[in-house]
Amino acid sequence: MKISVDVVVVGGGAAGMAAAKAAAEAGAKTLLLEREERLGGVLDQCIHPGFGLHRYREELTGPEFAFRLLSELERAGAEIQSGATVLSVRPSPELLVASEKGLIRVEAKALVWAAGARERPFGPLLIPGARPAGIFTAGLAQKLVNIHGLLPGKRALILGSGDIGLIMARRLHLEGVEVVGVAEIKPFPGGLLRNVVQCLEDFGIPLFLRHTVAKIHGGKRLSGVTLVEVDEQGQPISGTEKFFAVDTLVLSVGLIPEVRPLESLFPDGVKVNSFFQSAVPWIFFAGNALEIFDLVDTVAKIGEEAGRSAARYAQEKPPKPTAVPLRKGQNVAVLVPHELVPGEPAHLFLRVPRPLSRATIRVADVYAQNHVSLRPAEMVEIALSPEATVELARLPQADVEVIPA
Amino acid sequence: MTREFPCVSCPLGCLLRVELKDGKIERIEGNRCPRGEAYAREEITDPKRVLATSVKVLGGDYPLVSVRTDRPIPKRLIPTIMEIVRGLRVKAPVEIGQVLVANLAGTGANLIATRRVLPRSEKAEELSRKGRA
Amino acid sequence: MRIAVIGGGVVGSLIARELARYDAEILLFDREVEVGFGVTKANSGIIHAGFHDEPGTLRARFCVLGNALYPELAEELEFSFRRTGALVLAFDAEEEETLKRLWEQGEANGVPGLALLSREEVLAKEPEVNPAVRAGLFAPTVGITAPWEVAQAAAENAQANGAEFHLGEEVFGIEVKNGRVQALRTQKGLYFVDAVVNAAGLFADRISEMAGVPFPTLIPRRGEYILLGEPAGNLVHSVLFPTPSPVSKGILVIPTVDGGLLLGPTAEDLPPEAKEATETTSHGLSQVLRGAGKLVPKLPLNQALKTFAGLRPEPENGDFVVGPTKVRGFYQAGGMRSPGLTAAPAIAQFLAHEVIAPDLALKKKTAFNPKRARIPRAAELSEEEWEKLIREDLRWGRIVCFCNTVTEAEVVEAIRRGARTLDGVKFRTRAGFGRCQGSFCMAKIMAILARELGLGPERITLRGPGSELIFGKVRP
Repeated sequence: MKISVDVVVVGGGAAGMAAAKAAAEAGAKTLLLEREERLGGVLDQCIHPGFGLHRYREELTGPEFAFRLLSELERAGAEIQSGATVLSVRPSPELLVASEKGLIRVEAKALVWAAGARERPFGPLLIPGARPAGIFTAGLAQKLVNIHGLLPGKRALILGSGDIGLIMARRLHLEGVEVVGVAEIKPFPGGLLRNVVQCLEDFGIPLFLRHTVAKIHGGKRLSGVTLVEVDEQGQPISGTEKFFAVDTLVLSVGLIPEVRPLESLFPDGVKVNSFFQSAVPWIFFAGNALEIFDLVDTVAKIGEEAGRSAARYAQEKPPKPTAVPLRKGQNVAVLVPHELVPGEPAHLFLRVPRPLSRATIRVADVYAQNHVSLRPAEMVEIALSPEATVELARLPQADVEVIPA
Repeated sequence: MTREFPCVSCPLGCLLRVELKDGKIERIEGNRCPRGEAYAREEITDPKRVLATSVKVLGGDYPLVSVRTDRPIPKRLIPTIMEIVRGLRVKAPVEIGQVLVANLAGTGANLIATRRVLPRSEKAEELSRKGRA
Repeated sequence: MRIAVIGGGVVGSLIARELARYDAEILLFDREVEVGFGVTKANSGIIHAGFHDEPGTLRARFCVLGNALYPELAEELEFSFRRTGALVLAFDAEEEETLKRLWEQGEANGVPGLALLSREEVLAKEPEVNPAVRAGLFAPTVGITAPWEVAQAAAENAQANGAEFHLGEEVFGIEVKNGRVQALRTQKGLYFVDAVVNAAGLFADRISEMAGVPFPTLIPRRGEYILLGEPAGNLVHSVLFPTPSPVSKGILVIPTVDGGLLLGPTAEDLPPEAKEATETTSHGLSQVLRGAGKLVPKLPLNQALKTFAGLRPEPENGDFVVGPTKVRGFYQAGGMRSPGLTAAPAIAQFLAHEVIAPDLALKKKTAFNPKRARIPRAAELSEEEWEKLIREDLRWGRIVCFCNTVTEAEVVEAIRRGARTLDGVKFRTRAGFGRCQGSFCMAKIMAILARELGLGPERITLRGPGSELIFGKVRP
């Protein structure tokens, strides 16, 4: 089976739905491919509120946000194929997709890759001890509880205080699982302060900062973990070991953008410009597949931008504009996009590596903004006018820095 | 003693600082608008939360429907409301926004469905299991 | 004639298969609920050449014989196998001397194709090797496999030829009367048998004791490993060894059949009772990193997928225990330390055809089918073949494991062929072996297992009773 379209969007989560909607609205013949049977991506299992405050001026749960975006997408008139998994991507682009309908060949003029992220599993942590049943990543635990209606254990410890870990601490607690605590290797929590309050403090669940899991105990099923305190270099401090008898360990230790079918096209990693266009001019990126975002509202906005850009590329095939590269200076852990197109407005998204109070964000000497408080969990948005980007283009590269007071 | 927490009234998320003495509010700082001050007071005296959880569905294509209170309810009533929620059963189909329980525990808040659950088709499931359309 | 094989790992399953060529009732018992869940599941997966073993030992003899059998066996039974060759690396003058000794030993054992290489030749073959290397010994017949695939394939073929596998059934006693095997007892009852083959891995000493036959003490030698995912395997072409110590072959860098890179094992002797101590340790994992890093300095550790430990059953006397015993009808296939995996097909042939069949005057069957087809992998089919399968059965069009492109049809087939646990499905289909290590597919696979086996979700386990995954329903 062969389908020919202008824009193909891979991923039916927030980024993909927004991109497909925008591309279709821009007049491009658009196809959205989603590997699960239902659209929504992780939103479907995020049953907690905290979504849509910016986009819809209402605080919604994940499924409700997904429903709104899906309605917008359906109105825009894009074609949707669910249960469709991308097997390979070749120039420019030609996708091979597996589904119940058979193998589908999709020919398009532009591709928006919005395939989200995967969770870092247990293995790379190199934690010694037993290999029992009872160790789950937070996303898997969330899917088991919220979609399948199954409880993974009776007594749990969460490793990692990113938002998903905090959310699962609350969820498990409310469902009768004893949550003995959340361990975080850094000296500050990884998730939003609001979640620390509403997921941990509300229920008296302890947060062990500067702690990690030193050992796994158990035979066939987990029987406990040993927590240990770490120093500034993240090295365990001998003598601080504490044993916790738990049958469940939930891991919230990081998300990794999922770009595997495209890896060979980006040997030096994915970099995008203000249009979310990558070094391969017909490939655009949006959402967690590009960089791990904090707010789904931002993801939807970027998705729309990428979709619009992809549609424009498909319709006009403009040459890829030269762009001024951005360089991550001091206190910039994450920065997207990676380069700016002069003469176009740009939205930059930035994360600091550690909490900073009273700091100034600078983009060369063209932009400066003071902030009272910056935290790694919250991305900061920097809006640059077209004039600002023109000024920046005079430089060989533009440094983005966060300067503490 | 001082308590610090972010305000959730709007996306700005100001960090509020409340100084307490003998359980009474002495000073509120950090808010950029009066909603922040009101939120700080409420958070200290009778904190409210939107509760999100699941209700058992009978005959649905999913075993659970995700639900939430349609407005914040007193945090102290969460255990009571969870008890109520655990005892609920709702029959498929369930529409998004459907009110499953009105005026939960006298709070004035309704319990609404946040996802759609369609009725389960045993026949479709059996065909699917065998790999047929 | 009724013959019982105790142990369903690679050794026991291959023995059962060889015995199934004869007119006899073959029963195999394993305490685990799936084949290959013991020593077979957690080792280096290397098909050794035979130059590590002293001439005159059973190890040397069966290793060289076994190695030669693997290519044809892999074709017959359709398991993954690749002749990568191996390089033993020397980093100083003393180690260079050892290489020469290994070469001589290999020659004496009849190992084909051994060659001593200069530093330049080593680096030309393997550019990622530590440039401090001084020389190397190349052994072209060394290969790699997925050892559990060998056990699964042999088990399926044995059963297709009439052998009965009793899994999840543990042998508690063996009755011997007048110096002859009479029966064995499991938790399910008493079985009258004419012969018993002891292929019980780490528990071979206990089984032997039950029959009243002395057995050398088995020392569980723990080996810890770190597995890097594909495409880390692109860094090396052959299996890389350091110069061996008297205790072990050393910490290796091993390309895997899946395109990954396996680092390890360490060699730590545990007390004899520690037959289930498969925990990794922080000193062990550090040792793996150090040892592997010495061979290949630029290891992509950020591609680490998992860490695990396996136990080798080290017989006190250092050699295999294979052959008949003073108890008539009781045969040993134990002490399967390295190179047990390599030796297994040769030991199976020897025991079945040169010992047991003559002993019991067994007659060969007229119809024995040596071929076993593996579960087709959608990801490796041609587009036409795959399309055809999807048209016939929609389950071929449903991808369950995205990382490795494994379809629902393959998962269902794995269950039909004996998978009863999550690991059983994983080790037969590679679902859950990829970069996400199951976080995307585990829930679905558990649901398929529950559906196909007619079990509630609380009964689904990772690897057998005791390793249950789910504790109840959110809303019962």
